[in-house]
Formats: sequence, C-alpha cells, structure tokens
Amino acid sequence: MSKKSQKFEGDPNTTGHEWDGIEEFDNPMPRWWLWTFYATIIWGVLYTIAYPAWPLINGATAGVLGWSTRGDVAAEITAVEEANAPVNAKLEAAELTAIAEDAELGPYAVSAGSAVFKTWCAQCHGSGAAGAKGYPNLLDDDWLWGGSVEDIHATITHGIRNEDSDEARYSEMPAFGRDELLEKEEISQVVNYVMSLSGEPQDASKVEAGSVVFADNCASCHMEDGTGDRAQGAPNLADAIWLYGGDYGTLTETVSNSRYGVMPAWNTRLTEAEIRAVSSYVHQLGGGE
Amino acid sequence: MAKGRKMSNYIKLIALGLVTLFAMIGTNYARDLAYQVHAIIVMIVAGGLFLYTLRRTDEPKVAAAGLENEYFDSVIRAGTIATAFWGVVGFLAGTFIAFQLAFPALNFEWADGLANFGRLRPLHTSAVIFAFGGNALIATSFYVVQRTSAARLWGGNLAWFVFWGYQLFIVLAATGYLLGGTQSKEYAEPEWYVDLWLTIVWVAYLAVFLGTIIKRKEPHIYVANWFYLSFIVTVAMLHLINNMTIPVSIWGSKSVIVWPGVQDAMIQWWYGHNAVGFFLTAGFLGMMYYFIPKQAERPVFSYKLSIIHFWALIFLYIWAGPHHLHYTALPDWASTLGMVMSVILWMPSWGGMINGLMTLSGAWDKLRTDPVIRMMVISLGFYGMSTFEGPMMSIRAVNSLSHYTDWTIGHVHSGALGWNGMITFGALYYLVPALWKRESLYSLRLVSWHFWLATLGIILYAASMWVTGIMEGLMWREVDANGFLVNSFADTVAAKFPMYVVRGLGGVMFLTGSIIMCYNLWMTDRKAPAKEASLTVQVPAE
Repeated sequence: MSKKSQKFEGDPNTTGHEWDGIEEFDNPMPRWWLWTFYATIIWGVLYTIAYPAWPLINGATAGVLGWSTRGDVAAEITAVEEANAPVNAKLEAAELTAIAEDAELGPYAVSAGSAVFKTWCAQCHGSGAAGAKGYPNLLDDDWLWGGSVEDIHATITHGIRNEDSDEARYSEMPAFGRDELLEKEEISQVVNYVMSLSGEPQDASKVEAGSVVFADNCASCHMEDGTGDRAQGAPNLADAIWLYGGDYGTLTETVSNSRYGVMPAWNTRLTEAEIRAVSSYVHQLGGGE
Repeated sequence: MAKGRKMSNYIKLIALGLVTLFAMIGTNYARDLAYQVHAIIVMIVAGGLFLYTLRRTDEPKVAAAGLENEYFDSVIRAGTIATAFWGVVGFLAGTFIAFQLAFPALNFEWADGLANFGRLRPLHTSAVIFAFGGNALIATSFYVVQRTSAARLWGGNLAWFVFWGYQLFIVLAATGYLLGGTQSKEYAEPEWYVDLWLTIVWVAYLAVFLGTIIKRKEPHIYVANWFYLSFIVTVAMLHLINNMTIPVSIWGSKSVIVWPGVQDAMIQWWYGHNAVGFFLTAGFLGMMYYFIPKQAERPVFSYKLSIIHFWALIFLYIWAGPHHLHYTALPDWASTLGMVMSVILWMPSWGGMINGLMTLSGAWDKLRTDPVIRMMVISLGFYGMSTFEGPMMSIRAVNSLSHYTDWTIGHVHSGALGWNGMITFGALYYLVPALWKRESLYSLRLVSWHFWLATLGIILYAASMWVTGIMEGLMWREVDANGFLVNSFADTVAAKFPMYVVRGLGGVMFLTGSIIMCYNLWMTDRKAPAKEASLTVQVPAE
C-alpha cells in the first residue's frame, strides 16, 4: 500500500527511517534561517535588558531605558496639556458669549469642543449631533432648557435629572395614566388635542374635550397655547418637533407613563475649559441663540 | 471474554441510566434556557444510548476476526464527513455575520437574542476552529498515527466515543451560544458542564492517540506525531486552567471564574494565543508533515530542521499570549516578554514552511498538474505570511496601531482560511479517495475551481481588512494641531462600509469553493472508479 518517496540523482542521504513510505533527508538547516533565528534571539536579550521584562520576587526588571507604558502616555498627555494651558486659561477667564467672536478662542473652542463631543456626547446625541429618540437633536433651534451659550453651558455642567449635581436641571411630568390622574378616555382626548396643536392628523371629535383636559392638567407647564416653558424643561408641543414621537401611540405612552430623560453632570468628568469648549461647539451647530 | 463484555454493558447501562435521570431532573430545575435545552439534549442522547445498549445486551457478538490487522478507518471516514459538514456550516455563519456588519438590518428584529451578531459570532468562530478544525485534526491524526506507527488505533471503540463525544460537545456549545449560555471568554465560551464533557472526550482522545504510539511497530515516532501529541497535551492543559470556574448552581449554566482581574485576562490570552499556537499551528503542522510528502511523493526536506523548529516552536509559543494585552492593565514586563518571544518565534514558525516547501524540490512540476499539491503549497504560503505578520503585529509600536482594528481580523483569517482551511482541503482531497478506496478524485477541474475561488476569496478578505484596519487605526489616533481627536468612533465605522462589502464577497467565494469541494468529494464516492481489490488490503505491520 505505502507508496515510497521518489528519489533522484544527486539527492542527499536520508536518515534511514521510513514511515508509510515517507523518508527524511539528512539536509542541514538552511543557513539564512539559522542566522536569522540567532539574530532574533540576540535582539530579544538586548531588548529585555533595555525594557521592563524579567519578573523577580518583588517586582520586575525596569529596563535600563527607564521606559514604561504609563510614563509614555503621561508624557504625551502632559505635552498636549502644557501646549494648550495658556489658551485654556484664557478660555476659562473669557465671557461665555465673547468666546465665539474671539479670533483665537473661537476656532480653538470649536475644535476642542468637537473632540469632547465625539468622545463623550456622541454616544447619545449621535456623532453628527442629530440626536435620536429620547435624545434631543442639537442642530435645530428647538431647545428644552434654553439655547443661549450660557443655558447650554449650565445644562452640560450640571446635567439633567441626575444625582451627581444638586444644581442639575430638574422637572418631572406626572404619569397621568399609571398614577390614575386621568381616565383612559381623558388621555385619548388630550392626546388628540395635543396632536391638533401641531396639525398632526387627529380625531377632531375629541379635540374640544381634550382642550379642557389640557387646560386643567398640562397648561401650567406646557402653557395655555402649548408652546412650553424652558424654565421647567417643558417641551413646546406646537412645533411638530418630537423628542419621543408625535404619533397617537407614542403620545399616549408619554402622557400615561411620563418620561424621565437623564443627562450626566459633566463637571465631574470634564474640566471647565472642556465644558466651555463643548458648549461653544454645540452653540455654533446651527440652533444657538 | 463474553462475561467481561456483559459486565461492562451493565456498568454502561447504570451510568447511562443515571445520566438520563439527572438530565430529566435538570430539565425540571433548570435556572436558564440554555441549561434546560442542554438537559433535554443530554436526556435524549443518554436515554437513546441506554435503550440501544439494553437491546444489545446478551446478544451474541459478531466475531471480528483479524481486525487487529486492519486500520480503523470507519471513524476517520465519519471524521472527514464531519469536517466537510462543519466547515460549510462555519463558513456560512461567517459569511452571514460579515454581511451583518456591512448591513446591520440583517440583525433581524424577530431573531433578536438568537441570531443577532453577538450570538452568531461565537457560533462562527467555534464552528470553524473547533468543529471544522477540530474534526479535521482528530480525523487526520487518527489516520496519520495508524499509518506512521503501522498499528491499529488503540482502545477499540474508544475512537468512536471520541468522535461522537466531540460532536455532542459541538452541538452543546453551538446551541448554548444561540441561547445565551456563554462564559464570555473568547474561543472558550462554553459553560462549565460543556467544559467538563470536553475534558472527558479529550482524555479519551489522548488515550487513543498515545496508546497507538505506544504500541507502534516502527522504531521511531514520526515528526507529524510529535506535533499532534504536543497539540493534544497542550490543549488539555490550556482548557483545564482557563476554565477553572465555580458553578453558581448545579442546575444552571452560569459559573464564576476563580482567577481575579488582570490575571484572568492573562490566562485567557495565554489560552487564546495557544489555541492558535497548538490547535491551529502545531496540530495542522502535523497534518502538513504527513500529507505534503505523501502527495508530493518526496522525502521531507530536513530532519534536523524539523527537530529544531518543533522544540523551538513549542517552547516559544507558550510565552506569546501577553501580546494580546499590550497597553492594558497588564504589567509592562509581561507585555515585553510576550512581544519578544513572539518575534523570536518568527523563524521557528517558518521552519515548518521551509520544510514543507523544500520537500517539493524535485517535484515542482507537480504544481502544474496536481491542484491538490497547489492547495497545499498555497496553504504554506499563507502560513508563512501570517506567521510573519503575527510577530510584526506583536511589536508594541505596531500593535498600538493595529490593536482593536480589523487588521487583527484580517490577520486571523489569512491564517485560518489560508493555512488551516487550505491544508485541510488538501488533506480531504487526499483522504477521501484513500478512505473510500477510489482510484482518484471525481474531478481535478473542480479542485482547480475550488482552489481559485478560495484563494481569491482570501485575498479579498485579507486585503479589505488591511485597508479598513489601518484606516480605522489611523482615524482613531488622528488629532488636529491642538492635539484634539478629529474622528468619532461612529465616523470610523461608517468609513469602513465599502470594505465590509468586499470582505463579505470574499467570504461568499470561499464558501462557494467549499461547497464545490463537498460535491466533488461526494461524487468521488459515487462515481470515481474503485481501486483494485489487491491494492486495498492494508496491513499495519511492516
């Protein structure tokens, strides 16, 4: 069965063994292979002398170059921080409203703010700041808590409905259905009324009853005409811009169970200069006031 | 003799009955869905075997005279079928998840929590590495160890236990992933009871392999068997240490690892990298050392080289794991050692490639006529490429760019598709005519088609992943004049889209090639002319 290996004139000797027809030549190892192998070993020894490598009893050799990954990253961060320290100091000292017009601070704040936004904000608001369901679009001029650079700065600094900051923006809409503040039919009426405010197709027969429900339960925050109140973060219901959705089902869900959108307080994680930069960045996206 | 068999049947019946009973209770008390489904599978398998054994107890045994003089090939035939089957399943899953990354809508809402990317990804990796690669290793090692030891497999039907036990492991692992049963360790996802089962199967595998080597009739152990044995022993050690967990409940799949923090991470990548080193490299080198000289019909190039590169390879590989954890909580000294040993590993890895390629000297003309040889040669080409790329990527400076990017994915696939895939296809093309006693393959033209589809598919895959990997690495670190990041993570994801489509197409080509192979192998059994009977008598003794 076992077919033997073929041999030709000039073949080297074999080792003399055979397994199922397979033999092995007694060739030496290729020179270039062996020398490259030796070279990598020598390099390896030198490298482990130069860099942290060999574990001992209470730690490891530190390497004669004194290099470490932590030292490396600390040096890079320090270099950037030192280079930007003067302009960051100016940024912190400047009037918030004056930053955009300043020839030095304006472009700096936008590029720094863009980096902060992409790192910390894009996860919820999207890398293009267009938002998503439950996360406001920052490109338009519809603001829940105000669109001036000071308002934006305050929102970012303290966040919304969090426990990190005592000054976090706070308001809470009642859960009209879950807490049985309104009957199912009343909720249906007020939802149809709210839809009529922005001209969404609605059940016209319920609108009038809904307007009464609205005046009794909603107008204190959302105002008589439904245009909202930024002091309380109460959204404008008449502008056809929806945070969670303006269809009948979503609005019924919102009125019945309420919403409780949360944003972290960023003064626990970002420097004042970074917060000012990202405030300026968001302000110039399109909707800043 | 007959009495002993009866006795062992009773022991088997008691064991199977107890397992069935335990699984029944398990289905009732199961704390999670994966465990419950697994209990049902185990109940059906053990219960079925119980009935099967019961019906055969006290039946006269069919005499199996002269079996010792024949090789045990039926289990290898089953192994080649399993290899081809799981290969197609694994490639299909891989191609699908490649398109899921390009077109996220393919994460269907109705299949959420079952067939979304997160559930299918471990299914793909385990199917190709452990189901396709594992079956290929078990089947070829059983074939090679018998031929090169001139002895029948040791342990009788234990080889069948290894085969079916391993398939059960695959089914438990795969269904577990889909149902959310995972211990979240890459390439070691199966939960504790699946790990225990694999341990039993693996010990049986070691016993069969080592038993055959011990009773060999050749004076020396052939080099292929060194590699196979190092793979079996090391994988056993890695598996045991990386899966040291304490189950939360005996009725549930969750367990808690005993290793703390970064030590767990280190052990995980010590395991993970040596799954590459011993499962996908040493084991497959064993395959290479038998099938290439057989197919080329030439002696192995250098015995000296095979000894030196074997010992250097297995000594060095075991150190290389920390290069997966550069710039993490892992101490710098461990990271340095991982990198240095990985670079020194370059030449020992290439020793296998040189020995394989140089074996063809004097037989290079066969490349023109024999597409199976071509397949084996290109597998060595991809092996050489990825064992150069690997040490290079382990260098900290390179790794700071390549880590966490698609470059790693491309690197893994040029190794897995190119080296493991191609050498396995070559071995299957060799084995099927040999095992089904056919003169030749059904069609060499189809082998050529498979060769070109697979090769071009791998090139599309690797090239597109180099492009996206290096691109996203550069985008992640891109900063403006003031040192501020320029791109958000989502920007880098969006930029990769076209290359993700190219990668998916590469997968389609590779998959198509493997389906052509299955057809060709099937037709080899059905249509190819049988070998003359006089040549088929296989005598282990020399």
